[in-house]
Amino acid sequence: MAGAEYLLFILMLSIFLGFELINKVPATLHTPLMSGANAISGITVVGAIALAGTENTDLAHWLGVGAVTLASINVVGGYMVTDRMLGFFKKKED
Amino acid sequence: MNLELITQLGYVVAAALFIFGLKMLGSPDTARRGNAISSVGMLVAIISALLGQGIVQYEYIIGGMLVGGAIGAIAARSVAMTAMPEMVALFNGFGGAASLLVGWSALAPDAGAFTLTTIMFSILIGGVTLTGSLIAYGKLSETISGAAMTFGGQKIVNSLIVIGVLVSAFMFINNPNDPNWLYAVIGLSLLFGIMAVIPIGGADMPVVISLLNSYSGLAACAAGFAVDNNALIVAGSLVGASGIILTQIMCKAMNRSLTNVLFSGFQSVSTTVTEVEGEIKPISVDDAYYVLEAATNVAIIPGYGMAVAQAQHVVKELMELLENNGCEVNYGIHPVAGRMPGHMNVLLAEADVPYDQLLEMDEINPRMESVDVAIVIGANDVVNPAAREVESSPIYGMPVINVADAKTVFVLKRSMASGFAGIENPLFYKDNTRMLFGDAKESIGGLVREFS
Repeated sequence: MAGAEYLLFILMLSIFLGFELINKVPATLHTPLMSGANAISGITVVGAIALAGTENTDLAHWLGVGAVTLASINVVGGYMVTDRMLGFFKKKED
Repeated sequence: MNLELITQLGYVVAAALFIFGLKMLGSPDTARRGNAISSVGMLVAIISALLGQGIVQYEYIIGGMLVGGAIGAIAARSVAMTAMPEMVALFNGFGGAASLLVGWSALAPDAGAFTLTTIMFSILIGGVTLTGSLIAYGKLSETISGAAMTFGGQKIVNSLIVIGVLVSAFMFINNPNDPNWLYAVIGLSLLFGIMAVIPIGGADMPVVISLLNSYSGLAACAAGFAVDNNALIVAGSLVGASGIILTQIMCKAMNRSLTNVLFSGFQSVSTTVTEVEGEIKPISVDDAYYVLEAATNVAIIPGYGMAVAQAQHVVKELMELLENNGCEVNYGIHPVAGRMPGHMNVLLAEADVPYDQLLEMDEINPRMESVDVAIVIGANDVVNPAAREVESSPIYGMPVINVADAKTVFVLKRSMASGFAGIENPLFYKDNTRMLFGDAKESIGGLVREFS
């Protein structure tokens, strides 16, 4: 697969993109932003899937299964609680 | 068809959906759809990963996902909005733990120095995030004392731990066959997470929780390098950037540098007691009602005390009664009010307060002079005029909500104890300030009864 310099290039671009995107989020949404970001950081599940499901040593396999479980808590819990919170935000009706 | 290619294209789609979802989080109107789009991105990423080459055992993956998903779903449904800071802290910790395990699991006999270095990063950041978040969780839920815990030589001990981690990591990269160095890195990283958070006090939690949020993203990013996966790098750095921005906003709102928050706490400054002139003027619920009844413009400034007293619903009731009485009501929200960024906004949104009435500090301050009554509910340091007036005050220079500019200020407070920072608040002694002592929920409940 790709070399280190290519991965670093992606890292650099996405950090700048992240700053641009998040700067525009208003203060009133900072808590949902954090819990939504929490859910996104559950992306580790994708890395863990490969480790849990391939022919691997026993230790690596179980570590991968543990990571899948923990990251799934983040993904499901994070998205659901963010959705619940954002459902509360209403404009003044008049 | 090449499965590997499909997987990689799936990650591209997922990344685009994450970015689009975060963009839609920029406005309350579109935020909920943005979150849904982001979750679709996650689904695409997971399916792509499952299609990936070399996956032979699905049962454990599915099992882990079901168990984790069920725990997450139950937590998300049952958590009270006042407990959101604890929950986010705990989830940050799980994210860190997952990255630690991925890094560890990715160790292969043929790994090169670059991969080993990224694995060390993933374990280090993941481990610090895990235990740091658990301590933050303990402090926020008051399982352990929220006070800053400091001891002599703390900086020296912490420096030794950092040096220990770096040396162990270096030794492991050079001797990947000796697992003892690996265990040393894991153990010391976990220890460092604990040591880094215990000296930080409860009032500084908004900074800590933002920073740990950022670490959980950076840990995922490092894990992405370790397992050579673009999706982890892109998503992890988006989260990392988000946490860093929130951390900056929180620090700026306290007029403190990040190093100051992380390493010094407030303990060294609480000795500078300034003499405050004037006297405390209490007011009864009856008298407060007559003032509010005549008011045409009211500003409510909530703080962590509102969350503790669970007063957000009764505050909303009072707001409706005031509005029916022809009064304009707005809320002034300080960035560090509460225990995490945006904590007050979520509580008030849950109580059905429209978000366009929740004004940021810079919006409400210019309007303060036309406000008849400013009601401070469970906030202290964020409305302390000493930040503007008393140069010797430890919070001098911190931006605050200038409630003293309003014609009358009501301060709802349990007793005369000072705030978390332990700083005297001259606001309580101002001529136009009236203290409404007692539990915030009961006091406001009393006002609501007078109105109806």
